[in-house]
Amino acid sequence: MTNALEVQDLGVRLGAMDIIRGVTFDLPRASCLAVIGPNGAGKTVLLRALIGALPHTGKITWAANTVLGYVPQRLDIERDLPLNGRDFLRAKAALTGSSGAMQVEALRSVGLAEETLSMPIGNMSGGQFQRLLIAFALLGRPNVLLLDEPAAGIDAPGQAQLNEVLYGLQAGRAMTVLLVSHDLSVVYRYADHVLCLGRHGACFGPPRSALTPETLYEVYGQPLGFHVHDHT
Amino acid sequence: MNWSPELGSLAVSALMAVAAGLIGSFAVMRRMVLAADPMSHIALPGIGIALILRMNPLWGALALLLLGAVLIWAVERRLRIATEAVIGVTFAVALAIGSIITSGEQLIDALLGSPGTLTLRETVFGIVGSLIVIVFVLRQRNALVVRLVSPEIALTSAIDVARLDLYFLLAFALTIGLGLRFLGVLLMGSLIIIPAAIARRFARSLGTMLALSVAIAVAATAAGTYVASLAARPSGPFIVLAAGGLFFLSLFRRREN
Repeated sequence: MTNALEVQDLGVRLGAMDIIRGVTFDLPRASCLAVIGPNGAGKTVLLRALIGALPHTGKITWAANTVLGYVPQRLDIERDLPLNGRDFLRAKAALTGSSGAMQVEALRSVGLAEETLSMPIGNMSGGQFQRLLIAFALLGRPNVLLLDEPAAGIDAPGQAQLNEVLYGLQAGRAMTVLLVSHDLSVVYRYADHVLCLGRHGACFGPPRSALTPETLYEVYGQPLGFHVHDHT
Repeated sequence: MNWSPELGSLAVSALMAVAAGLIGSFAVMRRMVLAADPMSHIALPGIGIALILRMNPLWGALALLLLGAVLIWAVERRLRIATEAVIGVTFAVALAIGSIITSGEQLIDALLGSPGTLTLRETVFGIVGSLIVIVFVLRQRNALVVRLVSPEIALTSAIDVARLDLYFLLAFALTIGLGLRFLGVLLMGSLIIIPAAIARRFARSLGTMLALSVAIAVAATAAGTYVASLAARPSGPFIVLAAGGLFFLSLFRRREN
């Protein structure tokens, strides 16, 4: 299998409602897929189905030897949970046999100071916790990274830095990245492929051909203005 | 070396308290505070059935507790509803059945713990059972931490979440079974929850949480057992009183953030 992921006629039903229906796409290795769509279109559901957390119809095939790293959108964590960043990172390091040096490297990759690890995770800011989650996902040497709105809760300079980090990881480590994002300029800049989940089905292709004003209107149900940055 | 029932009971109560402190830490962090009490109630019909069959009530209680843990796990997975709701309904029914088939003094012993020292079999079960729980929590603490933060992250960290949840519930049920002889159906849940609830107020890391919870559970068990022996009464209520007293004392000290 030359692709990192092949999805055929994927369907996810929650209760009586079809959240995703008939989604088909192939994702080459070391590419970046951006998943876009309005709220409630099933972007998070798609990612959860891909990691095996939700029952589904259709076929999901990951390449052999795929190691997943997953960064969820939002975590329902109580603020007084007696776990600090170090507990969290060490847990994954122990499970994946990652050394202390690998933990430091993962922290550096996401620009998180080591001192932050002493803070209880409930006391961390949204941005600090998001970076910790990405560092956590990087332990165990994943070759596929799934990120559900990774920049949510991070300030503007932090978002730019995070995007560069993700692009660096994808390019430097030949990682396949699946990214849910609402920021179309980021999608144009970093993604090789885009999957739009909309009210009337899905579209898939390179951003320039898949994201026409007509498609965006169909996906979001309203005209969208955005800036295209060339990736140079 | 000769078998000493007193020494055996002491060893079991200490190990049982360590197990309760450890499993309680994760139970409290997993928001199972309200589940511990009703879950211990399922032991009651088991005690009733064992008495009818002229068996040691402990084995009947243990069988029902473990069966109950599997039942909760299966129902929760199948229906995808909250553990607390499943536990609440299942064990209210169990308590009703148990109180119908158990009566008189036996019921009081089952509810509040029975006085007297342990038999050799009970002691062996207490020591082995406690060690199983202690080893499970310490060996699986990393997987339990990741599962606690996010089941989805756990899935992508090569953790079999369904199996881990089942083992956790079985360890939880086993811990209740370990303490039934000392604390009874009504009070054992408290020894699992109260020390961990106190520890959570002050701990800022997992290591501190586990250590504090164990220390408080052991201290409450030791203090309660000592006072009960002076008063020549069953130890269960005194152990819970000691734990409860520590909890109220802890409220006077503000948590650091």
